[in-house]
Amino acid sequence: MNLSLFIPEIALAATAVLVILLDLFVKQRIVIKTVSLIGLLIAGVFSVMMWGDNNPSLFNNMLAADDFAVFFQLFFADVAFLLILASTDYIKKLERFQAEYYALILFSTAGMMLMAAATDLITVFVSLELVNISLYSLVGLLKNKASTESALKYLLLSAIASAVLLYGMALVFGTTGQTNLLLIFRATVDFGYGTLVSQPALLIGIVFMAAGFGFKIAAVPFQLWVPDVYEGAPTTITAFLSVGSKAAGFAVIMRVFLEAFYRGFSNEWGMIFAVLSVISMIIGNVAAIPQTNIKRLLGYSSIAQAGYIMVGLAAAGLFTLTGSTVYTIGIQAKSGILFFLASYALTNLGAFIAIIAITNKTGTDFIEDFAGMGKRSPLLALALTLCLVSLIGIPPAAGFMAKFFIFSQAIQNGLLWLVIIAVINSVISAYYYLRVVKVMWFSEPCTAEKIPSSLAPKIALLICCAGVLLLGIIPGLLMKLAETAGITLGF
Amino acid sequence: MDFNWLSTILFLPAVGSIVIALLGKREKAVKPLALVFTAIPLIIAAYLFITFDRSAAASGVMQFEENYLWIAPLNAYYHLGVDGLSMPLLLLTAFLGFLAVLISWKVHERPREFFAWLLLLEASIIGVFISLDLLLFFIMWEIEVIPMYFLISVWGSGRKGYSATKYVIYTLFGSAFMLAGILSVYFTTGSLNMLEISRQGLGMVQTAMPAAAIFWLLFIGFAVKLPMFPLHTWLPDAHTAAPTAVSVMLAGVLIKMGGYGMIRLCVSMFPDQAQQFAQLLIILALIGIVYGAAVTLMQTDIKRLIAYSSISHMGYVLLGIFALGQISMTGAALQMFSHGIVTGLLFAVAGLVIHNVEVRDLRKLGGLAKQVPVIAAVFIIAGLASLGLPTTSGFAAEFITFLGSYTSTAVAHLNVYTIIAIIGVVLTAGYILWLIQQAFYGPVRAEYNNVKDADKLEKVYMFVLVAVIFVVGIYPAVLTDVFKLGIEPIAKLIGG
Repeated sequence: MNLSLFIPEIALAATAVLVILLDLFVKQRIVIKTVSLIGLLIAGVFSVMMWGDNNPSLFNNMLAADDFAVFFQLFFADVAFLLILASTDYIKKLERFQAEYYALILFSTAGMMLMAAATDLITVFVSLELVNISLYSLVGLLKNKASTESALKYLLLSAIASAVLLYGMALVFGTTGQTNLLLIFRATVDFGYGTLVSQPALLIGIVFMAAGFGFKIAAVPFQLWVPDVYEGAPTTITAFLSVGSKAAGFAVIMRVFLEAFYRGFSNEWGMIFAVLSVISMIIGNVAAIPQTNIKRLLGYSSIAQAGYIMVGLAAAGLFTLTGSTVYTIGIQAKSGILFFLASYALTNLGAFIAIIAITNKTGTDFIEDFAGMGKRSPLLALALTLCLVSLIGIPPAAGFMAKFFIFSQAIQNGLLWLVIIAVINSVISAYYYLRVVKVMWFSEPCTAEKIPSSLAPKIALLICCAGVLLLGIIPGLLMKLAETAGITLGF
Repeated sequence: MDFNWLSTILFLPAVGSIVIALLGKREKAVKPLALVFTAIPLIIAAYLFITFDRSAAASGVMQFEENYLWIAPLNAYYHLGVDGLSMPLLLLTAFLGFLAVLISWKVHERPREFFAWLLLLEASIIGVFISLDLLLFFIMWEIEVIPMYFLISVWGSGRKGYSATKYVIYTLFGSAFMLAGILSVYFTTGSLNMLEISRQGLGMVQTAMPAAAIFWLLFIGFAVKLPMFPLHTWLPDAHTAAPTAVSVMLAGVLIKMGGYGMIRLCVSMFPDQAQQFAQLLIILALIGIVYGAAVTLMQTDIKRLIAYSSISHMGYVLLGIFALGQISMTGAALQMFSHGIVTGLLFAVAGLVIHNVEVRDLRKLGGLAKQVPVIAAVFIIAGLASLGLPTTSGFAAEFITFLGSYTSTAVAHLNVYTIIAIIGVVLTAGYILWLIQQAFYGPVRAEYNNVKDADKLEKVYMFVLVAVIFVVGIYPAVLTDVFKLGIEPIAKLIGG
């Protein structure tokens, strides 16, 4: 038992409890916010210290503290940090539950970290539920009709997804007799290659698990909750869902599929993800075109982005077996996903922070109300434009490098057809992203009022935009980190 | 070379763009600053052009090369250099970039943003011509989209929003394929270095995917930009809507990126595939030449007419490139340069007519030669250069192209194709003469009596462009000697 490797998660949980307790005695909101930020900082610092140690297991092989887990610990700590900074103005909408808001974000962040670290089906499920339950409450926190409705919708659909996931896990456990990912892998190796035909229950288990996780990453056909929940939830939580929750889903998919079901199965699930990727990209992008509500638009866009990331998963699964290069290809495909997630997180958070600032003032989420933002608040409009350009994937923004990186690995694995579909989808996406840009810069504003914003969201937005540009121009450093993290995972 | 000349040329306009964007309210400084930040690259480009090594030993050698590791995990380098092919195009871009600032001197609407975007546009086009790393090349290629989108949709006229979006979607569509092509090249060779890839060839291609597929992926990206029939429909819309300086950049250098890319990537990396598909591409070029010219004959909007003529003229470039002979490709390169100057001038003068007369419909114009003699004279010279009158650059370029394509042995039936292409010249004469007659001759219209002629500034840039047309027309060797150095090694790959 080595508790020291568990400090980031403990720090977050402790901070969350402290925040709730403080709320009873302290009236100043700023204290609560500061405490939450400090908790995240502590978690981040301890994560950094663990980088490179590569402890593959703790708690009886239930969790790992390898570089992959640490990468995501840092990732989620950063996301939550930026999110809390960005919530400064927005949180005034929540009359009563401000402390709970911070505490729930901290709890779900801890859950996301655990999801990336889980190496046992049981911990996978427990951490997933920790994230889910915090998010249900967060989605409903606005306490109005739309918010409550979306919380309920999210709860019901998510419960079904969890049930499917659990059923899949049960089947996998039934056929292999193990819950530990590594032991599941060993058991499947004992079955021999080409197992799937002789083990239909295992096959169904894998498919069910893919479906359960598919809900988390909002892949088509498990995306139906996305537009409604994104629209009804508090905008900050929409951002959290689209960035944190999705990344956690991908982390756990990578962990489970690349560790437990790698050899002998990877071509099968690789193809599943390739197909999911194609339909997610197409449906996400096409459905985004007619949207008039910016949150729904970004909801569909996040479905499409999940499709691009799944190109990387397909590449990791469908590698062509050509001798010694297999190993390096596997690493690259993994690092591509990690890099894409980081770049997507910065981009989408940046976009949402700008949108939160704007909609806070205008009071509506309709794209037409963004008219003339270029004149009203040029810097804010510029930041949002940069993020949208990055989402399209035009250089020099990070989104381009991420796509280049992930698609290059797909092509190396012979998935040219998938890449062509993906790049054509990027072009389709340009249409609706640019529509927002067009409204902001070329439509006449209805008033000349500036958009007010306090310092903290501005800092968060600045960090995001700087990150988007930095990753677009000198991506080498993060690519190296992603590679190091990717090596520790799987084989 | 000790000093990083090429980086200086590349980054000065980009830095200028940022400086101008940050000027805030001090809008008086915008135009002088833009002038400085485009003049210095022009001076450096001219200096490089003069010191460019023209000896036979320099054939196919990159000069003023800069090479630094950029992204280690991708094996990507910040690699710049110019050879005989890119040097004149670099000079052309710096030259037109400078003139574009002069041409836009009368832009009064949001000048700060306008010049910031214009300079960024220049920087990215320069980047395309001097990048030797595929990733860098592609990034430069894509950056250009954003300034163009803003320039057309804010400062344009007519259906500007529609045209700008159409431009972006077409360009992104083309570059999507190009990206897939570049990625394929990257993984069949493991390198992003253009020189290395052309040198070692794509030996491994058979195992991964057919080289023909990669060839087409790349080709579509360039064909959209050139633009090649049937991917040309964005061009007339973009030109009609764009402000004058942007039309000049678009016709002058932006569409040359397509031709440049075809020679640099498609032909020099895939000589066998180029030869294999040359027949088909030449037929498309011929359709472009004749169809483009025929459609031009029916235009009544002065800018739209010149835009359609570009489609026809870029057909000559495509013909010259895929005739695959050394002379024909040199002709195509010269045609790119000449078309850049001539059409740039045509658009500049047409913009002047539209600005001063405030009418762009040719049916309503007439007799302007009496009222605006200088504009008329320059327009006629540019028009005659466009139809290929001897002593103008247009003649030299077309003559060399046709000579080269007629004599090239790399592709069958070239002599027949060349003769068909020459029909285009006849049609060109038709629409250019009609345009000149319609706008500048015929009965003098009283309502245009008070129209201003070109002022001093406008005379300066018009005369400079006219001078270049004649210099290149009378002594084309000033450029062909340089082009030859870049094209010779590529033509050798074909053996034609």
